[in-house]
Amino acid sequence: MSNQVRNYSPLIISASPHIRDVESIPRIMWSVVLALIPAGIAGLFVFGYYCLYIIFLSVATAVITEAIIAWQRKMPVFSTIGDGSAVVTGILLAYILPPGVSWYVPVVGSFFAIAIVKHTFGGLGNNIWNPALAARAFLQVAYPVAVNSDWRILHHGIGNLVHNIVKIDSEGNMIDAVTRATPLAKEAGAETYHLAQLLMGNVPGCIGETSVIALLLGGMYLIYKRYIKWYIPVYYIATVFIMVLILPPQMKTPWANNPFYHIFAGGLFLGAFFMATDMVTSPLTKPGLVIFAVGAGILTVLIRFYSGYPEGVCYSILLMNTATPLIDRFTKPRLYGTRIKRV
Amino acid sequence: MAEQSNLKEFTKGFFLYNPLFVLILGLCPSLAVTTSVKNGMAMGGAATFVLVSSNFIVSLIRPYIPREIRIPCFIVIIASFVTMVELLMKAYLPPELNASLGIFIPLIVVNCIILYRAESFAYKNRLLVSVLDGVGMGLGWALSLCIVSAIREVLGAGTFLGLKVSESYNPASVMIMAPGAFIALGLLLGFFNWQKQRKSEKALKEYRKYD
Repeated sequence: MSNQVRNYSPLIISASPHIRDVESIPRIMWSVVLALIPAGIAGLFVFGYYCLYIIFLSVATAVITEAIIAWQRKMPVFSTIGDGSAVVTGILLAYILPPGVSWYVPVVGSFFAIAIVKHTFGGLGNNIWNPALAARAFLQVAYPVAVNSDWRILHHGIGNLVHNIVKIDSEGNMIDAVTRATPLAKEAGAETYHLAQLLMGNVPGCIGETSVIALLLGGMYLIYKRYIKWYIPVYYIATVFIMVLILPPQMKTPWANNPFYHIFAGGLFLGAFFMATDMVTSPLTKPGLVIFAVGAGILTVLIRFYSGYPEGVCYSILLMNTATPLIDRFTKPRLYGTRIKRV
Repeated sequence: MAEQSNLKEFTKGFFLYNPLFVLILGLCPSLAVTTSVKNGMAMGGAATFVLVSSNFIVSLIRPYIPREIRIPCFIVIIASFVTMVELLMKAYLPPELNASLGIFIPLIVVNCIILYRAESFAYKNRLLVSVLDGVGMGLGWALSLCIVSAIREVLGAGTFLGLKVSESYNPASVMIMAPGAFIALGLLLGFFNWQKQRKSEKALKEYRKYD
């Protein structure tokens, strides 16, 4: 023990806790990157190689922006990039963009996520909102057409990737891709998909959100490593399930009141496992996290049922991010030996 | 009051006491009308005219304004000039510009910059410096409106003074909507504070060298 302490410094002068552990920010962040890979591979199979280009653009912009800002803020550049948080933000942002989006959308979005959502508030650990989601909300208003259309999907679906490699026409469009309605589209006559299709991810949607199985694989890995708390996704998804059963929907689609359809379609699993669980923007205590998850679930269903948007995961998590300081204040644990003051 | 330099009273509105970026006054029109450079210039021009004229009149008749009812007096003076500006703009400016400025021209009456300069400067100072103060503050505000609106118009509409910036640029329409105003103004305020901080740090370093 004494040997170990001497290796670091002669005296440790800092506030508690004084626990030393192998876990660190880079380790957690790179594990999240690892956990996100299966969903990316699923996206690659469903949407073709163009989405790899979007993921690359998004991650590259995020990392370059982070490096420039770290340099300007006189922070250590390489350890700031090396902690992987910019990479995670870049990947998450690409995962919530449509597969056929133009090149400038991920670039602008990643720049906004890192420079404005993250660094104007003080960098890693100080941001109020999840950078990827806030950037997505920004893009939603900035380029409403680009991020809400072009839901293309490869003709043959999973298993025929080889056939689809090089078939690109002179305008850069994939010939074998077709544009189809997303599973949550509310318009009359929009397509309905089988639950098995939704589980596999063989449906139109954002790059990383479609395959429930791949997302579950990554999420389970993070829960096993204890980087995310199991009760956030569980309470979030359970709340959506119950709310769909209870509430009367406004739209007239065959799946409107099917809770299984609602939890498997759209970005719920991606949001529940990888975005609501963001350590920076979620509450600190267990009761707080449960309130956070339940609130996000209620808002998701309310937006899906009663607003113009088909999907509510992004806005629900952003709204609960905004409420996080308040939740933290109300769920502050009692100090040992004191009483909770009653007003 | 200490010895005043006329030049200093004129230039303080541009940087040292810039109404928008330093004093953070007149935010409502600054956020609402800065969707294009034309709007920003028209708004800035109108406000400058009212500011200079009201400073002139207030300073001229300041011995005759009773202290107890000075604010109503200022408002009456400002309101008459605002009415003049409004009628002039309706007569000579293109109707679509008038339509886009809308309610914000009559609202110059309660613009805090103009009332603030009347109350804290023109009411206490000589005629010449009051007019110079009005010109400097008015142009300083107009200039900052132009900066905000130039950023918003170029990014949000892809145009500058109505001319297309680039054929291939795809404008991010969020910048000419309300959130874009807050983002642009917030970043500009941050930038100016950062510059000020760097300046004072530099001065401190310089000072320590001789200490």
